[in-house]
Amino acid sequence: MDILEINHLKKQFGDHVVLKDISLSVKQGQVVSIIGPSGSGKSTLLRCATLLETMDGGDLIYLGKYAARDHDGKAVYATGAELKKIRLSFGLVFQNFNLFPHYSVMKNITEAPMLIQKRPKSEVMQTAQELLDKMGLGDRGDAYPYQLSGGQQQRVSIARALAMKPSILFFDEPTSALDPELTGEILKVIRDLAAEHMTMVIVTHEMSFARDVSDHVIFMDDGVIVEEGRPEDIISNPRQQRTIQFLSRFN
Amino acid sequence: MTLYAMILKMSEGLGRTWSIFGLTLLFSLPLGLVIAALRMSKIWPLRAFAKVYISILRGTPLMLQLLVVAYGPFYLFGASVARNKLVPIIIGFSLNYAAYFAEIYRGGIESMPQGQYEAASVLGYSRIQTFMRIILPQVVKRILPSVTNEVITLVKDTSMAFTLAYQEMFSIGKQIANSTTSFMPFAIAGVFYYIMNMVVAFIMARCEAALDYYR
Repeated sequence: MDILEINHLKKQFGDHVVLKDISLSVKQGQVVSIIGPSGSGKSTLLRCATLLETMDGGDLIYLGKYAARDHDGKAVYATGAELKKIRLSFGLVFQNFNLFPHYSVMKNITEAPMLIQKRPKSEVMQTAQELLDKMGLGDRGDAYPYQLSGGQQQRVSIARALAMKPSILFFDEPTSALDPELTGEILKVIRDLAAEHMTMVIVTHEMSFARDVSDHVIFMDDGVIVEEGRPEDIISNPRQQRTIQFLSRFN
Repeated sequence: MTLYAMILKMSEGLGRTWSIFGLTLLFSLPLGLVIAALRMSKIWPLRAFAKVYISILRGTPLMLQLLVVAYGPFYLFGASVARNKLVPIIIGFSLNYAAYFAEIYRGGIESMPQGQYEAASVLGYSRIQTFMRIILPQVVKRILPSVTNEVITLVKDTSMAFTLAYQEMFSIGKQIANSTTSFMPFAIAGVFYYIMNMVVAFIMARCEAALDYYR
């Protein structure tokens, strides 16, 4: 069974069609990178997948459960209670972290597991501490987000997402708000997660990273998937003219 | 009348001054949040109601509003005018201050970055959980300086209760001034208000300091 399946996703803002007919599936342990120019619809795709944006048409399926089902070309969403359950199967790491500034690092990570998932405090605290240790922030649990560097904040936000034990983790340009030095530390964390076979979908502009870390690369432009396949094929030997043109700017 | 006698007489009204102040805050702070919610509602009649409400209560004098609340029922329905003026005073003040607080809340809520809502949504927080736990605490910190302004104004506005001949500190002072043809009661009133506002400013500064632990 696929962790995530998207069929014929359509999305438009007013008259502007942002996503035309997107289908993709993500299997357990797979790392999928989505690349493409700004405005190609990558982020909107991620926002539709994480229910931050409603899609106009298509299916959205997590672990066999329909979050939205296409009905005569219109996406019909599941009930609030069902969506609430489905939400727990994914996590999202934002470009600009979106940590809660009034919470300590520890509370940022532990509140949702305790409040939403009703997991016991002792277990959640232990999980959170282990995640912080893994992120190299074991001693910063009492700090507040403003006291951390951008790279540290992003690592906390990854820990926050992981503490919910999602089946799939989305990254929306996780290094775009960071300088090159800090970018490296985030990419290392994602590499480590890939080595542990965490299922991930990553929207990124880091081409060499996408080639190294992912099993599958999707190139998007103008609301459609232009080309997809193994990273060495797409990034090193693209076939489509549009892909060649886009990638030539990175080399 | 000696200065000491004047001060003593006027301080008898201080309890009533504080009552207007405290009760107005008690009712107007939550009512303002309700008005702000209506003002930001997706349902347009609610939004329109809140807009008109705010427009009228900010656009007309508080003194006039107090008269309307106190005597309006008599002129409109022939209802008897209540002898206890505290009730219409608190209603008038609360309705008026709620309009100002509503706009302060709205400004604070609308200044919150969308990302905070999105992060909460992805973590599974319900709308109410998001508002109570993530948004409101941050809004409180942002609006505290503006709220302090209003609270300080309210201390001075309590003197407006003399319109309804309510025997708070300023009304008593005015009567003494009339009967003794002395300016002294007004000076005393000024000192009283200034001291009260020093206390208010001190408390609000402590509140701000308590929220200083994050940025």
